[in-house]
Amino acid sequence: MAHDSLYAAPPTAEAEPGAGRIASLRGLLGSWDAVIVVALVVVVLLAGLTVENFATGRNAQFLLLDLMPLALIALPMTLIVITGEIDLSVASMVGLSSTLMGQLWLSSGLSLELICVLVVLLGAVLGAVNGLFVTGFGLPSLAVTIGTLALYRGLSFVVLGDQAVADFPADWTAAVVRNIPGTSVPVVVVPLLLLAVVFAVVLHATPAGRALYAMGNNDQAATFTGVSVARTKFWLFVVSGAVCGLVGIFWTLRYASARGDNATGLELTVVTAVLLGGVSIFGGRGALVGVLAGVLLLGVLRNALQLADVDANALTIVTGTLLVASVVLPNAVADVRARLHRRRQRQPAAS
Amino acid sequence: MSRTGAVAPDQTAEHAPTDPGQQRRGLTERLLAVRELSLLIALGLLVLVTTLRNDRFLSGQSVKDLLLGCAILVILAVGQTVVIVTRNVDLSVGSILGLVAFATGTLFVSAPGTPWPVAFVLGVALGALCGVVNGGLIAVARVPALVITLGTLYVFRGVDYYWASGRQINAADMPQSFLRLGNQTVFGVPVLFLVALVVVAAVGFYLRSYRSGRELYAIGSEPAAARLSGIPVGRRVFAVFVASGALAGLAGVLYAARFGTLDAAAGTGLELQVVAAAVVGGVAIFGGSGSAYGAALGAVLLTTIGSSLAVLRIDPFWQQAVVGALILAAIGLDRLVALRVAARLRGRSAHGA
Repeated sequence: MAHDSLYAAPPTAEAEPGAGRIASLRGLLGSWDAVIVVALVVVVLLAGLTVENFATGRNAQFLLLDLMPLALIALPMTLIVITGEIDLSVASMVGLSSTLMGQLWLSSGLSLELICVLVVLLGAVLGAVNGLFVTGFGLPSLAVTIGTLALYRGLSFVVLGDQAVADFPADWTAAVVRNIPGTSVPVVVVPLLLLAVVFAVVLHATPAGRALYAMGNNDQAATFTGVSVARTKFWLFVVSGAVCGLVGIFWTLRYASARGDNATGLELTVVTAVLLGGVSIFGGRGALVGVLAGVLLLGVLRNALQLADVDANALTIVTGTLLVASVVLPNAVADVRARLHRRRQRQPAAS
Repeated sequence: MSRTGAVAPDQTAEHAPTDPGQQRRGLTERLLAVRELSLLIALGLLVLVTTLRNDRFLSGQSVKDLLLGCAILVILAVGQTVVIVTRNVDLSVGSILGLVAFATGTLFVSAPGTPWPVAFVLGVALGALCGVVNGGLIAVARVPALVITLGTLYVFRGVDYYWASGRQINAADMPQSFLRLGNQTVFGVPVLFLVALVVVAAVGFYLRSYRSGRELYAIGSEPAAARLSGIPVGRRVFAVFVASGALAGLAGVLYAARFGTLDAAAGTGLELQVVAAAVVGGVAIFGGSGSAYGAALGAVLLTTIGSSLAVLRIDPFWQQAVVGALILAAIGLDRLVALRVAARLRGRSAHGA
């Protein structure tokens, strides 16, 4: 059984025979997205047919709930990576938002509605600090956000120590896992989809979105075309922080627990999903559809293999292999094709 | 300090190509010295303040614990420096350390009579093999090392978990001679720290005085220019990852010797701490500058902060936050210094013209 579903992994490989063509088309719009979407469909079908309990409503519910944090954070992360920057502090911002929510609920006596608003605002402030360091002082975002990764995680331990706040009202904790009546789709998917649509429209259908690609390709050129690079990047980091605040609230309520170590290590999974979705780490290339498909692909694979009794920790092999394969295979295939092409050209000349 | 002519071609690649070499070098040298000096001063102040509050902080046992605690981070930070100098990064070192540590334990369980030097050789070889995987993939894919090593971070860790499948290796499974290495001291200095010192000295000397070492800086400053000036960039970068893997392997064996009890989670999350140590130590994250000595001092500083917070009775939960603030301060300072140097050079060349 376990082995059967281990073979559910190769769908990316299965999609690869076409990859020669796809690699050469990769510069054209959406080709990598298509590969990921096809891989996703294949994995879902295979898992549905071979893995027990995969195709059940209850599993769908848990799968989607598990994916929420990843999917939400991937939205602003996509935009940030497209501009050529990166935000590694996201998981720590989720953790700090979560402990702040716990501490406020424990000691402030404010209503939970107000606390939630405050937490999102606070997330935005955390993001603004990142943005200030990157755009105001002109520091590399990779180094800055490694710094704030440690800083925010440290502060989240300062806020609550090693204790946990768990006595959130039951109607709130039940609300975040409730399904849309008559389906097995959680209600929280609706705001996710709304946000995804907003991000997709901004990225793909507005001048501001085009400007993000321009920045990723060439900061200076973008500046000369009248794009205010620094201000745009600053606001992207703010948005990233605010979304992390939202995720902090969701995380806290879903597990009914505000703890300093919530979401530890999530940043690398988010980056993996974004890169798997076809966004170039150099910036300037990528689409939101591919990223969402990448998030789903990661989630479905993990879920199916877990149902098939593969050790959750060993599953990281799949995550890592997918990431490496998604960047190595297209290039390797393109190389081979180029070499064959050259040889074919040389032969007629020789004869 | 005498320099051979062989080094000269690379000097210009390391810095802006306009200035006459000698004066520039003096300036850069001074700045580097300042960075290491400022780290030493920060470290000295930290130790002084802590000792004033509690004089047992400088007692033999406490210093020994400190040196023991930083040895592994120092080795990893030095390995990372070699990588970062070439404008790459190796995020898989924590996973390599974990894998090698577990492999070392397993070796002693399945072949109890193995002499410990064999374990060292095999551990370093396994680490180097992981480095070959990293380097090879980077060469084939021609994508940033960040992406590849993020992937292999997961893969190596996953292999570790898959192999361990929940088992744990205890100190009792390992020979005494091996475990003693982890805690033994020579004239009061832990053997582990001596190993780290040797690594720092060797890598520091290599980066500073060997032609291929200088070429690494050239690659990090401007890969395209390095390629045009005839440096075999691909081969150097590949070698750098093998070296980083081998050092992570060495750190893994030392980890096994020091802690004795091993599971598949050893070294999880260490990679960011290692990068942090290098950055605090003045290694520029986008390559081209920094030294192994600085990175080693950065690692010592980070470790010392941890133990002095405990002595100062500051909530240990503050430790990570302080480390984060320190990273931000370090890169902010670097930026400031770079801007001032640039301004001064502009002024000078204006005079010259």
